[in-house]
Amino acid sequence: MTTLLEIAAPTIEYGLLGPLFVVFAGACLGVLIEALVPRHLRAQAQVVVTVVSLLGALAVLWSRWGTGFRKVAAMGAVSVDGPTQIIWLLILVFALLSALLFAERRLGNGVSGFTPMAAAVPNSPLEQDAAAARVEHTEVFPLLLFAVTGMLLFPAANDLLTMFVALEILSLPLYLLSGLARFRRLLSHEAALKYFLLGALSSAIFLFGAALLYGYSGSFTFSAIDAAIAAPSEHDTLLVTGMLMLLVGLLFKLGAVPFHSWTPDVYQGAPTPVTAFMAVCTKLAAIGAILRLLFVALGGSRWEWQPVVAGISILTMLVGAVLAIVAKDIKRLLAYSSVTHAGFLLTAVVGAATATTGLPAGQVGSTAAIAVYMAAYGFATLGAFGIVMMVRGAAGERNDLAAWNGLGKKHPWIGVAMTLFMLSFAGIPPTAGFIGKWAVFSAAWRGGYWWLVLVAVIMSLVAVYFYLRVVVAMFFTEPDPEIGDVHVALPGLGTTIVIAVGAVMSVLLGILPGWAVDLATSASQLLR
Amino acid sequence: MLTILALLPLVGGVVVWFLRGRTARFVGLAIALATFVFSIIVAAVHLGGTDLSEHQVWIKAFGAYYALGLDGMGLLMVLLTTLLVPVVMLAEPRTDTDARWGGQVWTALVLILESLSLYVFMATDVLLFYIFFEATLIPMYFLIAGWGGPKRAKAAVKFLLFSLAGGLVLLFSVIGLGVSFASQGAPSYLLADLVKLNVSPSTQMLLFLGFFVAFAIKAPMVPVHTWLPDAAEQATPATSTLLVGILDKIGTFGMIRFCLGLFPDASRLATPVIVVLALISIVYGALAAIGQTNMLRLVAFTSVSHFGFMVLGVFALTTQSISGTIFYMVNHGFSTAVLFLVVGYLAKRRGSVEINSLGGVFQVAPVMAGMLLLGGLASLSLPGMGSFVGEFLVLAGTWSRYPVVAAVGTLGTVLAALYILIMYQRTMTGPVTDQTREHITGDATWLERLAVAPVILALLVLGFFPKPVLDITDQTAKQAMTTLNVSDPAPTVGQGR
Repeated sequence: MTTLLEIAAPTIEYGLLGPLFVVFAGACLGVLIEALVPRHLRAQAQVVVTVVSLLGALAVLWSRWGTGFRKVAAMGAVSVDGPTQIIWLLILVFALLSALLFAERRLGNGVSGFTPMAAAVPNSPLEQDAAAARVEHTEVFPLLLFAVTGMLLFPAANDLLTMFVALEILSLPLYLLSGLARFRRLLSHEAALKYFLLGALSSAIFLFGAALLYGYSGSFTFSAIDAAIAAPSEHDTLLVTGMLMLLVGLLFKLGAVPFHSWTPDVYQGAPTPVTAFMAVCTKLAAIGAILRLLFVALGGSRWEWQPVVAGISILTMLVGAVLAIVAKDIKRLLAYSSVTHAGFLLTAVVGAATATTGLPAGQVGSTAAIAVYMAAYGFATLGAFGIVMMVRGAAGERNDLAAWNGLGKKHPWIGVAMTLFMLSFAGIPPTAGFIGKWAVFSAAWRGGYWWLVLVAVIMSLVAVYFYLRVVVAMFFTEPDPEIGDVHVALPGLGTTIVIAVGAVMSVLLGILPGWAVDLATSASQLLR
Repeated sequence: MLTILALLPLVGGVVVWFLRGRTARFVGLAIALATFVFSIIVAAVHLGGTDLSEHQVWIKAFGAYYALGLDGMGLLMVLLTTLLVPVVMLAEPRTDTDARWGGQVWTALVLILESLSLYVFMATDVLLFYIFFEATLIPMYFLIAGWGGPKRAKAAVKFLLFSLAGGLVLLFSVIGLGVSFASQGAPSYLLADLVKLNVSPSTQMLLFLGFFVAFAIKAPMVPVHTWLPDAAEQATPATSTLLVGILDKIGTFGMIRFCLGLFPDASRLATPVIVVLALISIVYGALAAIGQTNMLRLVAFTSVSHFGFMVLGVFALTTQSISGTIFYMVNHGFSTAVLFLVVGYLAKRRGSVEINSLGGVFQVAPVMAGMLLLGGLASLSLPGMGSFVGEFLVLAGTWSRYPVVAAVGTLGTVLAALYILIMYQRTMTGPVTDQTREHITGDATWLERLAVAPVILALLVLGFFPKPVLDITDQTAKQAMTTLNVSDPAPTVGQGR
């Protein structure tokens, strides 16, 4: 009788999972602050807790760097291998920079860019009173940390259930955050609702896919699925259907066509710091999860998913680049640009250049290429959104491209920095974007997909055109006299740091990328 | 030493950016002259037999190196670059006083462009070459878009999109090259390693095409030349000089160094098609030049024709023609510089460079007319000018392999006489028109003469004493022929020199 009830106590490797716990503890502390700290001190306290917990997580990660590779934790539910750690590193760094954007208060005359009262009807007296009383939602900081917790777990998940739980942990705070913009409340509401409905649908599809794969292999763990694929089976329909449904869920988070339709609306409606955070960190977590699912669990059925992902990659690049050309709003333009970048990232996934497919050690494969690409993309994206926050009119940010005309001539530093970010996006040397592009295309070619590289190269040219539009608007277009009040406001320290770090890294990773590429390459072995 | 040479203008450019007005002009010019002097010292050391090449690991996992080196062709291109930059600065001092985007930014961008071009000509690592090849586009884009005619922003975008199209096709090939080589062992982008690449003929052809298309757009060949006339018309003449004189040379430079050097089999295979394309460029460019009504566009189209000659020389695959091409590249840089800059002088006075807006300039401004004539004569390859030697060697070399092609190519030289002399006759000779008398009140200033003089002098020196430079170009040509594993056809024209 007793043997039936005997449940082994779960073992948790607290050291290995340190960064995750530190961030989670920070988030919980943030909730307590909301309850216990007086209102006028909350914002400062939250910023301190957020920054310290992210820095602490980075410190824990760094202290174990190199010693913790190739280990599973929490009874096989989480895999802390090289790629996990490199993605953690990137997520934590970019989350830290995003938190600095969240903390921006100088641009809004001492209040943050988030709504004073989310529960109030837009433009209602209630909301106006709250704004007049300078009330703020400081819950955004714990929400950010909760989302980061999910993002850290997502690419490290070693079975489908953990992956699903992580997906939900990272998504729910994001739905909330998207609806909290101070200005253009209705647009923000719309963004949050759209994101939530589509996100919930894609989560459901993911869950269904997980169930099908469980039916196929009899297990949720990746290694068991991998083993089931290696053994002969009559249930390939289950496998392929399940695989496609899982991909839908992940590609939705990545923003790949045809699951991209939420990106422009949500990016536009969400508060700009949240947009920046989503554009970088969500994408990182999603691509990390895609890598793990496809390379570890489904590596054996490469031949089935490679053509599918190749097709999606082409569609993503094409649709993103073409729609960005006609975008009239800078945030929508950056949203379509992020879609295009998802397409470029996927080329490296398609190439599947890993040690298991015969890549010699020390050469740049798919995982390292994606890490390098995301690093370049992240710094440019955060910097660009930082600048978006600074271009303001009487009623908050001016995101219409027409308002940006002639900006570079009036404010040379802003113009030069934005141009730098655009060049990095476009992948023109000597910026970081080029190194990233080089790496992902090499990985694709490594897998024999040279024609995909050719398509990607042509799409890059289309992409250059719309990035150039921003540069032309800033430097070579006269401002329309009827455009109204447009000025570049002086930002606080946090935003300045983000833009400066973004600009410096965009150049540094372009000119001296050796150390970053080596770091990524040394930590590119996925644990199977 | 090479790094110092390349970085000197870059650092200078950054410094100049923060200066203002006259100070910026003088400092910029001083840096350009210093770079020129230093490049001569480098040349002397290099020719003295010292190996100046540098070699550092840059990105280990990619097999990319920070590797610089000089060969005959690279040396000549470096000298061409360092000479033309101070010349354009002297010829067209920018005095715009806009506090932030005034003349100092122009000077700074020119210096940065010089630095990047020097790197292009000295890089001996393909990835390094590619980085700088693309990076030159950024300052050039801003130079075209920032100063010049009313439609310059459009012309600049056209320039950038054409160049990037080429650049991205090249990226495709560079990646393919790296991956193919890495899959044979350790990754490396060093030219010296890549020549050992062993891939299937079809892959080699694919990679070759990427390189060739990129360089064909750069060196504008018909039918991908259309960006050049627009850019040349809208940009200031000084910018056009740098564009045609230096940047476009990267096209033919790349063909010799990379197309012939890395893909000998594919080069041999593609020769017939390319030779025909080159012929079309020669004849079409010349005919189009005759039809132009704008002097800047005319000079641009003469360049299309001349680049046709150069490409013909490269792909005729004889020592003589390749050597002649390199020699011609240098002289073409000089002759177009004279034409563009003198047309620029005219534009500054008259405010227009439409051919029918000028007439009888010779009587009002004989020195200016004389300079234009000298530049024109160099452009149509009059014996005594350096360009004659180059064009003659190209045709002689081509003749020894493809007599018919050479015969058609000669047509280009005849047409060249036509377009240059017609332009000269209409604008410079004849009775002075009222408009000309009204606008062109003074001859070239001393500064303007001083700027063009060294270039004309160089053309004449190279025309009468080509031997020392030809020895340098021969060295590169022979090396290319060895890699190609092609021997010269038995001479039918006697010994060319």
